[in-house]
Amino acid sequence: MSVEFCGLQLAHPVLNGSGTFDVIAARRAFGDQLLRDFPFSAYVSKTITLEPRQGNPPPRLWEASAGLINSIGLPNKGLEGYLAEDLPQIVEITGAGAAEVPLITNVMGSTAEEISRLLEACDAHEQIAAIELNVSCPNVKTGLDIGSDPRQLEEVVRAVRPRTRKPLIVKLTPNTADVALCALAAQEAGADAVSLINTLRATALAPRDPTLPAGRWLGGGTGGLSGPAIRVVALAQVAAVAARVEVPVVGMGGVQSAADACDLMDVGATLVAVGTESFRDPVAAARIAEGLRAMGAA
Amino acid sequence: MSQAPFARRLLTVTGLDELGAYRVLRVADPDGPEPEPGQFAMLSALEGWGGGEHERPLLARAFSIARRSGGESHFLLEDVGPGTQRLCELRAGDGLWALGPLGRGFAAPEGGRRAILVGGGVGIAPLAILQDQLEGPTSVLLGFRERSRAQGAALLDGARVASDDGSVGHHGLVTDLLVAELQRDPEAVVYACGPAGMLEGVRAICERGGVPAQLALEAGMACGFGACFGCVVPKRGGGYLRVCVDGPVIDAAELERVDAHAAAPIGDPPA
Repeated sequence: MSVEFCGLQLAHPVLNGSGTFDVIAARRAFGDQLLRDFPFSAYVSKTITLEPRQGNPPPRLWEASAGLINSIGLPNKGLEGYLAEDLPQIVEITGAGAAEVPLITNVMGSTAEEISRLLEACDAHEQIAAIELNVSCPNVKTGLDIGSDPRQLEEVVRAVRPRTRKPLIVKLTPNTADVALCALAAQEAGADAVSLINTLRATALAPRDPTLPAGRWLGGGTGGLSGPAIRVVALAQVAAVAARVEVPVVGMGGVQSAADACDLMDVGATLVAVGTESFRDPVAAARIAEGLRAMGAA
Repeated sequence: MSQAPFARRLLTVTGLDELGAYRVLRVADPDGPEPEPGQFAMLSALEGWGGGEHERPLLARAFSIARRSGGESHFLLEDVGPGTQRLCELRAGDGLWALGPLGRGFAAPEGGRRAILVGGGVGIAPLAILQDQLEGPTSVLLGFRERSRAQGAALLDGARVASDDGSVGHHGLVTDLLVAELQRDPEAVVYACGPAGMLEGVRAICERGGVPAQLALEAGMACGFGACFGCVVPKRGGGYLRVCVDGPVIDAAELERVDAHAAAPIGDPPA
């Protein structure tokens, strides 16, 4: 059942998608049972930026058909706050079990310089096993998401790659013309793995109610769609990427069951991440890992 | 606060009782942790909920625990969208997933001060379990839109009622009753739960009078345990609080105002 990923030995192939499980809050809600029954084989932090972010004004959520639109806006304490306050608490949780759960820190910056500073800071912390780079961030000069254009992506990843010796996973955006070209660009620039899919850009209008102002509903204007509605898109994109790259692929998007995870692995994913399903069932990842074991798929 | 087991528990519905426009969902939960008043649970039906052909509801819905009685947990429902509609269809013997108790509940009044409980609509639910556990005399002030909803007042003992249409009790807002009550006893403490507009009224009245108030807030939430960051309300001085883990009961002094937008549900018009 154990699986090797970028030099890390993982107990099973199921981890969390970035920003879908806050272990610090979960420990407050569930106590130390969280430590004993930790559901993920590696833990991916939410996205960390250089400066603190408050996140978007509410409303931040909309339940769509078979899916969820979120417009959270990446709230986080900033790099300094993460390293000083969150990291020790996270490691206390992920390091508490029989086998230590590797921590993957997800970072995002709008320029190569910003990302370099984030990578260097993470590189200096041995509790961080690997770094995931969120490239769904607008380039301040072009306004385009860094990850939406293969040339821009390759340039940025190439520039930042030497700043860390840790495995670097590039979290691709699905909001692009050809995700496989972006994956290839990340690989050419030195990424050790790619992960996908991030949420699909989506929006919701205010309910048709005379007492409410008309227009966009979410405080952030647009958001990202997740959940079972995007599973078939994820399957197509993961298949397209896995067919083109040599590096391992972390597949995610709408996974609710071991069968869904198995589908992503059948088209080439080495690991599978769970996000929205953990909202419905906080131990979904453990259930899915157990299901994969029973299916003999992992 | 009481912590939740780290997994959903499959419980069995024991009954669904009519209470005017509302339903009281009763669930056998003899082994569940004792919740604090104000804590909540994330509920979803075993069948016909999420995945498969059921496009909505997908996510579990948050409900205050209204009462614990004889090994049962009670929840107050109003059919306003696909989630509450599905829950209102449940019958004795049906399965229900529950995750909880979650969040921070009400803190007991300090220094022997009298408690005034202020509720609006389906938001009266956590005040029932609070009244069950409070010692000493309390005042209960409840506001409803109209008569069929006002029948919900039977959930608490000795409630004085206001209705928007004047069909029951005071014709006007429950906050009118609160102002009068605070004139009689300015040393009281206030516990409130209800729609955002009512809570904002309670908050402003208490701020003016220097009266401590604990507000149980509502917000659309995807998970209930701090994972999704969706259920935020603006905090006094900037930033946000997560209703699920920083609340749902929040000291009124922590809020500049109760934001109606933040109280929005996740995919349906506000009730």
